[in-house]
Amino acid sequence: MRPATEEELSDIVKAARGPLVVRGGGTRVVGRPVIGDMLETGALSGISLYEPGALTLVARAGTPMAEVETALASEGQRLPFEPLDMRALMGLQGEPTVGGMVAANASGPRRVQAGACRDSLIGVRFVDGAGTIIKNGGRVMKNVTGYDLVKLMAGSWGTLGVLTECAFKLLPVPEAEATLLSDSKTPAEAVALMSQALGTPYEVNGAARGEDGRVALRIEGFAQQVAYRRDALMTALGGDWEVLETETSKDHWRGIRDVTAFAGREGHVWRISVKPSDAPQIVARAECPVVMDWGGGLVWALCSDGDDLRSRLGALDGHATLIRGSEATRASLPVFQPEAAPIAALAQGLRARFDPRGILNPGLMG
Amino acid sequence: MEMPKPNPVVMSKRARVLTRLAEILPSEGLIVDEAERRAYECDALTAYRCLPLAVALPSTTDEVSNMLRVCHEEGVPVVPRGAGTSLAGGALPTEDSIILGVARLRDVVEVNYPDRYIRVQTGMTNLAVTGEVEDDGFFYAPDPSSQLACAIAGNIAMNSGGAHCLKYGVTTNNLLGVTMVMMDGSVVELGGAHLDAAGYDLLGLICGSEGQLGIVTEATLRILPKPEGARPVLMGFDSNEVAGECVSDIIKAGVLPVAIEFMDRPCIRACEDFAKAGYPDCEALLIVEVEGSEAEIDEQLGLIKQIAHHHNPVELRESQSEEESKKIWLGRKSAFGAMGQINDYMCLDGTIPVSSLPFVLRRISEMSKEFGLDVANVFHAGDGNMHPLILFDANKPGDLERCEAFGAEILKLCVDAGGCLTGEHGVGIEKRDLMNVQYAPADLEAQMQVKDVFDPRWLLNPAKVFPLDVSAARRAA
Repeated sequence: MRPATEEELSDIVKAARGPLVVRGGGTRVVGRPVIGDMLETGALSGISLYEPGALTLVARAGTPMAEVETALASEGQRLPFEPLDMRALMGLQGEPTVGGMVAANASGPRRVQAGACRDSLIGVRFVDGAGTIIKNGGRVMKNVTGYDLVKLMAGSWGTLGVLTECAFKLLPVPEAEATLLSDSKTPAEAVALMSQALGTPYEVNGAARGEDGRVALRIEGFAQQVAYRRDALMTALGGDWEVLETETSKDHWRGIRDVTAFAGREGHVWRISVKPSDAPQIVARAECPVVMDWGGGLVWALCSDGDDLRSRLGALDGHATLIRGSEATRASLPVFQPEAAPIAALAQGLRARFDPRGILNPGLMG
Repeated sequence: MEMPKPNPVVMSKRARVLTRLAEILPSEGLIVDEAERRAYECDALTAYRCLPLAVALPSTTDEVSNMLRVCHEEGVPVVPRGAGTSLAGGALPTEDSIILGVARLRDVVEVNYPDRYIRVQTGMTNLAVTGEVEDDGFFYAPDPSSQLACAIAGNIAMNSGGAHCLKYGVTTNNLLGVTMVMMDGSVVELGGAHLDAAGYDLLGLICGSEGQLGIVTEATLRILPKPEGARPVLMGFDSNEVAGECVSDIIKAGVLPVAIEFMDRPCIRACEDFAKAGYPDCEALLIVEVEGSEAEIDEQLGLIKQIAHHHNPVELRESQSEEESKKIWLGRKSAFGAMGQINDYMCLDGTIPVSSLPFVLRRISEMSKEFGLDVANVFHAGDGNMHPLILFDANKPGDLERCEAFGAEILKLCVDAGGCLTGEHGVGIEKRDLMNVQYAPADLEAQMQVKDVFDPRWLLNPAKVFPLDVSAARRAA
């Protein structure tokens, strides 16, 4: 099923007799496997409004990300949160869509400074599990009119409603960027270094440690500004640094963003969110290849098939998600971090209201 | 403004409820005396007042939990209150409600610089949070004009913004985790010190929920390293429209200042008299601030001044010293207070797409003539968050009603222009009955379903946010 309008989508959901598998571009197949009729959003496509002077863009959920990125690039603007493209990591084909990105709350390295997808998302339209068309938020940058269902929809993986349209605030693309690259550091050294860098006033907006242990720090801005901050940062941190200028810097961060280090390699991939100072211990317990982003706050881990990394990590002040795993593993292990009972009850309560028949990606989030 | 009639059942058991509360709260944490309760009869929307049944001022999460459990068992509505600075009537009590104030929850729980967060009890004021970390080179970014007085609890309830949120975002973008007490007294932890809470974004949901979903007693807030320096530039123009066009051009040009503030003539005068900030004599004034090192500031201000020159400014002046910058901001942040000294006013908060600024400003000045009431404008122009102040005389019969009617028309204009009713002050009671302008019944129903999940009996701040007729069945249940 591939509705071309919000009304068609609403009719399909109303008429559904069983589970629906909600699918954008099919490039982020995460979560407990769902069996049901495929509901694709690809025909709900197109940019409905783009106002560069107001730094806002509104696009239908099925719009390919490539189309959005091309439109933004032509005006020298971008989505602030640097959404990751998961195709290489997941080994999947297809076109990532706006709706899929929002449903996954997909955010990249710049999240550490510019916020997550949910922070730039300013409005949504969606069809809930009863087929009702609902809007929330709008197209302005500040909006506290009523409850913020916009944030609730971000990262809800199509389990509370099928997104039909999303509005974002944008940022201008800075004139220049540069990356400082260290030699190999232990996880503890790397986190200390990244925390120090993120605590300077030089607006470091990428802080990652590659699988090879090298720490990368990114600065963006006007050309003179980048040169000044790069030098000031090196002075503040001391040590030897390799400097990557704009184009090579961009390539480096695309790799971090998309976790290309783990693309095409055997094994399961976990994504762990913790406070940075906990990360070295997490890495030590994981005993597997890792990439650290967000100053250590995000750990990508490559484990052998079926390995229940979460249970090996023990008590976790944060959360671990099995991003890439075989269907069998995703069916047997909780993909998302199990929640404390009162939180799970709230989540269940919301699901029961927004999807009373339990037909939208049922069970995907556990 | 209509408020629901007090529930006679609740009114009749006041004595019993107070006895039960006295058993679980220390004497300084419970106010029953009428004269002392008076202090809680309104917030900063002073046109509306009502004496609550009692005022509870718990000092621990446990006390909050115990107190809510009693109110839940007895079916007594609870109206949460931060510092009472809401301009939307968010903390206005009803006669049958108990005010739950967080003023005695003021401790710093933890400061963590390597992970860049601070955990505080939510009665702490916004400015005190920054005060706690600024000697070490950090700050808490959201900076509502009331930051000297307003509490973090209220900031979270209203998702407060401020002048600098163009760059740093509003409360929801800087909130990492909370301890929240549900209406039935149970305590939940949402998020933590890590980025992006697990599961559904409940943190995003409770931020801006106007105290209707739970009572946040502790919050983990993101802190940021202070910029090396900051410098504002004053730009005077001979019309509001031209200033509005200049804002749009600055944003389009790819420079992103930390703040772009707008004031029109009546506001400029009042603020100048109040703060002696050295504002120029002109029709419209922009305060544009950029951050960084001296050289970075020069580079950015150079670009901004170039853009401004295309709009023939009558004045273009950079701040020459730290002291001058402070005065410039003091003037801006005193705007509401300064206007209040010369007039009664109603402050609106509608937000519009930045590109519509010139049109909306022109329409407001036309409507001002139609309604026969003056309007002063002071607002966050960079993100389109308007603050028209409608001036009226509270002692003149009919003036308040005329002012409210005018206000409603301005907010409808904002929605028509693609904007919303409120950008940072919240709905409260003030914009409650206009929610139908922005949202269809199904949109409101979806939001009310959320409250059904968190507060099934609709006891937390029940008469706010949703039009009374729309929420009537739920409140009566």
